[in-house]
Parts: sequence; C-alpha cells; structure tokens
Amino acid sequence: MKYLGIDPIKPKIAVFDFTSCEGCELQLANKEDTLAGFLNAVEIVTFREISSAASDDYDIAFIEGAISRSDEITRLMDIRKKAKVLVALGSCACFGGVNRMKNAYDLNQANREVYGKIAKETLPVRSVKEIVPVDLEIHGCPVSKAEVERIVQHLVWDIPYTQPVYPVCFECKQRYATCSFDLGQLCLGPITRGGCGAPCPVGGLSCWGCRGPSEDPNYEEFFRIANEYGYGDDEIEERLNFFGGFEGVR
Amino acid sequence: MLHKTINKSEFRKLVDLLMENEEVIAPKQIGSDIKGKAIHQYLPVSTFDEIDLDYEITQYSAKTYFLPYCENLSTCTFDDDDWTQNISYRLQPRILLGLHACDINALLKLDKVMTRDSFPSPYYVSRRKNTFIVGIDHEPCEGGFCQAVGADVVTHGFDLFLTDLGDRYFVAINSDRGFNVLSRVRIKNITQADTKAYLEARQALAPVFETPYMHNLPNLLDIEFESPVWEKWGAKCLSCGSCAMVCPTCYCYGVGERISMDCSSSYKEKQLYSCNLLDFASVSGGHNFRAKKETRLKYRYYHQHRGFSETYEEPLCVGCNRCGRVCLAGINPPEIIKDLQLEGIR
Repeated sequence: MKYLGIDPIKPKIAVFDFTSCEGCELQLANKEDTLAGFLNAVEIVTFREISSAASDDYDIAFIEGAISRSDEITRLMDIRKKAKVLVALGSCACFGGVNRMKNAYDLNQANREVYGKIAKETLPVRSVKEIVPVDLEIHGCPVSKAEVERIVQHLVWDIPYTQPVYPVCFECKQRYATCSFDLGQLCLGPITRGGCGAPCPVGGLSCWGCRGPSEDPNYEEFFRIANEYGYGDDEIEERLNFFGGFEGVR
Repeated sequence: MLHKTINKSEFRKLVDLLMENEEVIAPKQIGSDIKGKAIHQYLPVSTFDEIDLDYEITQYSAKTYFLPYCENLSTCTFDDDDWTQNISYRLQPRILLGLHACDINALLKLDKVMTRDSFPSPYYVSRRKNTFIVGIDHEPCEGGFCQAVGADVVTHGFDLFLTDLGDRYFVAINSDRGFNVLSRVRIKNITQADTKAYLEARQALAPVFETPYMHNLPNLLDIEFESPVWEKWGAKCLSCGSCAMVCPTCYCYGVGERISMDCSSSYKEKQLYSCNLLDFASVSGGHNFRAKKETRLKYRYYHQHRGFSETYEEPLCVGCNRCGRVCLAGINPPEIIKDLQLEGIR
C-alpha cells in the first residue's frame, strides 16, 4: 500500500479507556467496509476491545473517557510520557462528557446514588486536557469513524485535515431537515461544532451538543432565540451541561 | 412561445404517462410545523396524488437538483504506478414539476454563472439540459418579495408553464420537447376567452404583502458600506450558513480530496459552502479576511444585490425570502433593506 508512490510509515497505535462507556473505542472497530484498510494503515499494539495483546511501545495514544480517579491520573501521565502524539477521543475525553454532570452535585451523595454502600474512591470529573497536554481532539458521542479515518490519514499520510468550524445547522440543512425549533424542540445545533453530519436532528432528535461549541459561537443571540421560542433558562442550562462541552458559557 | 390550454384531467393523465418512464420531482407536503403551517419540499413522487401544486413555498429550493450539496467531481483509482481517472456527469432525464416563477428565474441566474463563461460546468449543464421543467403560476408567498426584484414573471428557462384557469391550465410552451410531450394528450388552441381569463388570472396575482422598494439598491449599498445597520444585523448572525443552503441561487463551494482508507482510490468532492461561515475567507497562513460576522453578512448582501448586478445587470436574489424564513435570528432581506434606506435618508 503506497501513498503518492511512497510506502507510508505505519505508526504504532494504542487505545486506552478511562471513565467512559467504551462506545468511542467500539467506533474504531466499526465501518466494516473500510476496516481492513484502516487496520492496514496503522499497527495496533494495544486495544483491549479487539486484542488481549498489549505493548508499551506506541507512537499515537488514543485516550477515551474522562478522568475521575487518582489512579487514572497516574496512568494517564504515564501514557503521555510514552506517546509521541496523544489524541483525546470522544466527548468524555475532550470535555468530561456526561460524567461531568456529577460535578454539579456533592461527590459523596453522587457516590452513594450509584454505588450504594460500596462507595468507590472518586474525584470531580476532568477532561484529558485538564491533566496532560493534548495534541488533538476528536469530538462526538460517539466519535464518527469517518472523521477518525480522516484524522488518522492526516496523522499517518500528512493529508490536510481541519475540523469544521461551523455549527451543526449547516450540515443539517444539507440533509434537508426541518429545523428542530420549528418542530417544537430546543436544539443546540446553532452553537455546536458540525462535522457529525447532523444525524440526530435529521433523525428527529434535536442536538444535545455532544461535539461542544463551534468556533466563535453566537451565544448571546442563541440564548435570546431559545428564550423567544419559550425555553426557560433552566432548560437551556440543563441542555448545555449534558455533555460538558459548554461549561461556563452562561 | 406557443400557448395552449389543457384540461386538468388531461394534465393529470400527462403526469401519469410521464411517471411511467421518468423520475418526476414535485412539491410534496412532508409535514407541518408547530404552528400548523404546511412544510413542502421538492421530492421524487410516484403518484399524482402525492403532488401538491397549490403549495405556497418549498422549504428548500430546487437548486439541489442542479447544484447538489455534495458532489463527486472525479474518481481516481490507483494501480501500482499507474492511475485512471473517471469523471461522470451523465444523468437520466428527469422532470421537475411545479416550480414557481422565482425558482425558474433562479435557474436562469445560475445559467449565467454556470453555462456562459469560458469554463461552463459540465456537471451543471448536464443536469440542466436533462431536466424537463414544468412551472406554475402562484400568488406571491408570504414574506416573499419576488416582484421587487422582477422575479415574479418568467418568460423562458422552462419547458412548460401553467397558469390555473379553474377547470384548465393556460400553458406556455417554450421548447420543442415541451410541445412533443403535450402531443401525448389532448390540448386545445387558445380562444379569446382563454386569453382574457389568463390576463385576469395574472392580474389577480398582484402582491398582497408589502414588498421592499429595491430600486437603486446597488447605489444605496455603495453609500451604506460603513453603515451601523450591518453591525446591528451582523450581531444576530449565528454564522450557520442556513440562509445559503436554502437559497435558490447561492452557489459558492469548496473542493477537497478524499482518499480511500486502503489508498486504492481517491475522489474530488465538491461541497456547497456559505460566505457566512467563519472560515469562508480564511487563507493559508491563518489570516481571515472576514473574521467578523457582520462583515460576512454584509458581503453576502453585496454579492446578491450589488456585485452580481454589476456583472449581470440584475440582482442574484429572486425574492423568495427562504433565507429570512430559515434564519432563527430573524435576519431577512426586506428588513435589512428597509433599515438601509432609513439610514440613507436620516
């Protein structure tokens, strides 16, 4: 397999999971029609979901999940030392994800709610970049495999790739959807980073903002619009906090 | 141009006949919004009853059947040190039924850009030539201002154009293929009564809504380049590009290379873009010529109403106001133009 007549270097890839549902990892093994090519372009040395083999010698580390325990911090820092490139994979790794909702509550209360009497050691949820420097973020809950492929092509073959700066609305319109607001749903599409192809609003569920903010989002106007459509500040706040990408914007 | 009349039952028969062999795309109601207002789109239909010819406006324009949002321009397959390029813009003939005058005028404007200059787009030309267009008269839609930009009447750019005369249509025939298609059903020569009924019907299509006064707009835009009106409306812009996506004439695009994961092929992908998106005027090195949303919004209006007018002696806008309807922030041409005029006389 050559690219521009040159045999590309196959980077060694390792995938690690932290506090998460492991759905983003699973996405890496999805999209079967191009999976063979994907696995051929890289050398996967550690990836618990597809192989029990593991190695400490890797170039690119994909980090899935948020950081919510002290042992996770130690493990993450160790990975950072070994990896040439560290990629935050998915909303949990990028922003803390749905786990971050925990931070709004008393930690002990949250612990009891989930684990009952068998309390676990826990910390407020943080994103990967709050612990170690991150070279690249792939947003989404889950990430889109198509986007992962383009980012891997960028890392391996130097093919230019920039993440979309525009909000979800743009791709939503390219799929002929009717605006969620017109259908009676609050939607974060106007302030959320596109690139997902708007599967949720096209499928009838408005945007919950899993990819975090678009570049230079117009929050002021968005809040005005949401209020005008009859959505209260609490409802907007709850929606913004769902995936953790909009923390502190209100 | 020839004129005939056709009974509505004969017209239905004609559409049924056309559907036997060709794809027919027509206005279809796909649902309603929370206010109960019908939502229509131009969609492929398989029976006459799916079509709603009495629609007010479609949510999206018919542009997508000529300039798709995403288009594969060429595919390359690699074989050792060799490669083969495949370019395909062949399209099966299809029928686009029920376009209003504004949407046909929009195609005429796109024709000027896509078919006339030194490098006509074969992709566009193929779609345009292989699409049989049947237009229909309709009263101006709410919020529309087609009359202000002279787009409420159309004299070419279609194959057939219908005006509703109650039990029959007054048909303008603008192509030999239009004439040939009509030979499959019974049509009648027009009588004096038909002509009178047609002229009356046309007169009844006068605007019922207030439309903006757009005379001398290119000059007004020149004078108001630094107007605070742009900041006022720009502050509202979500930079989402929805306006350009529903616009029947916005044609800006970007092209990117996509390479298959096994390096065996690649393709060149064209994607329609919008001048309101943040990175529309970003260049290598990181500079953005239009980093502010008010600047981007302003240039969208300047292209539509001034730049295009300078080159083609008419605005690019056809006054359908789809952009105004789709904009959550309520940015719309009639109000912006009114603001500019008030600014000018203040």
